[in-house]
Amino acid sequence: MSAVQFQDRPAKPRVGLFVTCLVDLMRPSVGFAAVKLLEDAGCTVEAPVQTCCGQPAYNSGDRGTTRDLAMQVIEAFQGFDYVVAPSGSCAGMIKAHYPELFEEDPNWRAKADALAAKTHELTSFLVDVLGVTRVEASFDGAVTYHDSCSGLRELKVKAQPRKLLASVEGLTLVEMKDSDVCCGFGGTFAVKYSDISGAIVDAKARNVEEAHAPTLLAGDLGCLMNMAGKLSRDGKPVQVRHVAEVLAGMTDEPPIGAGKQPRGP
Amino acid sequence: MTVHSTSPQFKQNAAQALNDSQLQKALGNVKQGFIDKRQMAADKLPEFEALRDSARDIKNHTLQHLDLYLESYEAKVKASGGHVHFARDAQEARDIILSICREVDAKTVTKGKSMISEEIGINHHLEENGITPVETDLGEYIIQLRNELPSHIIAPAVHLNATQVEEDFRRVHTHLDAKRDLSEPVQLLTEARAVLRERFLAADVGITGANFLVAETGTSIIVTNEGNGDLTQILPKTHIVLASIEKLVPTLEDVSQLLRVLARSATGQELSVYTTFSTGPRRSQDADGPDNYHVVILDNGRSSMLGTAFEEMLRCIRCGACMNHCPVYHAVGGHAYGWVYPGPMGAVLTPSLIGVDKAGHLPNASTFCGRCESVCPVRIPLPKLMRHWREREFERHLTPATVRSGLQLWGFFAKRPALYRTATRIAMGALALAGRQRGRFSWLPMAKGWTKYRDFPAPQGETFQQRWKRERKGQAA
Repeated sequence: MSAVQFQDRPAKPRVGLFVTCLVDLMRPSVGFAAVKLLEDAGCTVEAPVQTCCGQPAYNSGDRGTTRDLAMQVIEAFQGFDYVVAPSGSCAGMIKAHYPELFEEDPNWRAKADALAAKTHELTSFLVDVLGVTRVEASFDGAVTYHDSCSGLRELKVKAQPRKLLASVEGLTLVEMKDSDVCCGFGGTFAVKYSDISGAIVDAKARNVEEAHAPTLLAGDLGCLMNMAGKLSRDGKPVQVRHVAEVLAGMTDEPPIGAGKQPRGP
Repeated sequence: MTVHSTSPQFKQNAAQALNDSQLQKALGNVKQGFIDKRQMAADKLPEFEALRDSARDIKNHTLQHLDLYLESYEAKVKASGGHVHFARDAQEARDIILSICREVDAKTVTKGKSMISEEIGINHHLEENGITPVETDLGEYIIQLRNELPSHIIAPAVHLNATQVEEDFRRVHTHLDAKRDLSEPVQLLTEARAVLRERFLAADVGITGANFLVAETGTSIIVTNEGNGDLTQILPKTHIVLASIEKLVPTLEDVSQLLRVLARSATGQELSVYTTFSTGPRRSQDADGPDNYHVVILDNGRSSMLGTAFEEMLRCIRCGACMNHCPVYHAVGGHAYGWVYPGPMGAVLTPSLIGVDKAGHLPNASTFCGRCESVCPVRIPLPKLMRHWREREFERHLTPATVRSGLQLWGFFAKRPALYRTATRIAMGALALAGRQRGRFSWLPMAKGWTKYRDFPAPQGETFQQRWKRERKGQAA
């Protein structure tokens, strides 16, 4: 990529990809799209053996398990120049919450702080850290973008994906109403309080539909699975993808929840 | 315990609320009005964010020296000729208020809007003892007619529409012409005003809440938009201020800063229509005011929050911005929360006041979207505090057994990466095979909560780690 501007950082940064458990298990193509974007931007990418950032335990009140998993992540990733996740939620967990898990343990606290300082959400890393201004990709049609909550409020991810999407050839971004309002996923919330979650995602799906864009993008697979599942359940022909797939020009895989047959009711 | 709580039935309450089409329509108004107005007011004030910091600091400072400020406030009230009563719990507060009312042989009591009076259930207690309480805030008046709790801390009747109010007025105001026209909201307002005017003039005691109690001067301050608070506290011979301990603020200068964020956060107003200061009973040179001035300061569990993680909750200045911005509140409204305080602030405060064993659902029923914290004028980290409650529940084994065992099983694998890789490879392979054609599942065992409302997208098959290992084998890793 020619337009990458290198700032004050290693010439070829060594990035540990925190692929996130959902991308790992459900949609590995998002992980490979992230790898392509990072390599195009001049990074060396590695994906050490990993499981989960621990957020499900953290938000369920289980600090013990959360700490164990955080220590596992810290050890696996402490050697990299940067840690990048294609998720604001998991990056936010590491960046905003790992340090507070070790308030009474100065040694681990220092390690958690160090990891937090070099961990970034994917689009924010590309734009804010690497200074990427455009990507080499094309996408035919209009998309609408949902701002996932953790990325938006914990990491201030809002302009970065839009900036990169603006450079995708053939793509137009149509803003939906309330793009910054929660989709109702909330991790285990979606199952524990399914009636409420169902009502919230219903409102989101209506806003998506009213944007009249054939494709919905976001930066977090949890939210995407929630919205895609709702749209398909309601027979709404909106294709749902992670923003990294479009930015990397890797849209060969069927959209989320679409399978081999065309999407329909 | 104070007012009866239905918080343990939160899920049933929520389901009922979601099926109430009238309520759902009314909640649509919350989403629209409050949010835009707050944003516009904040945008117009360049120092708004700095004021939020300052508001947080003022409240933190006060809470750290609360004993000092309570004593100073008490001394100032006494010096101005008033009386201060400290109530440890709701029962004590009710007893104190009843005895003041009996001392002056009160028949009717007018009330300004006060969430603390809801918390201690004073209306019911007065009625049981032959005294008629009359709510004078229009929203509170309406819900009193309906025998309901407020569904919002600043807009108590936000769950209702004009037709419902008309029905209530026709049912209760039977002394008026049955054929009168009440089709316009302004007609409802005029009628309420006329009915309440009589009540104001007849009242023996007026009870108001307080937004702030000023330690420096012994002043209590209320903010209202209807002027009912002024009539409540000026016309009767006796004025009772009912407030909780965390309403203390050191100085009038501090109040002036807090007022600048309060109305903007609440309704988007720069200031509410009335900001009323009252200090002691009527002095000889005053044109009006009560002969007797009492302040009842309620603890009801708050002092035990001091020095804990939940102390931050005591900064709350009751603007309602958190619930105005909450997707869960938007979905189910305030009554579903089952006690006095709804929304995110209620989800943190209610377990402190009535016990997490009863109110455990409240801090769990949040997506942690963080929008509440992003608008809180005193920067209370509401999601963090809700998470603290979840931690307490987990420690006390109050977390449901299914959630606990699910977490345990997941944790077992997540802590063993090699085993996790093998297990997930097999599981995802099978799931992908089953869902390959449609690309999604309308039903999955163990995921009924999910599939009741949405499909579950099928995985692509091979896991990332599996494919990475296969493709990048031999490369530097």
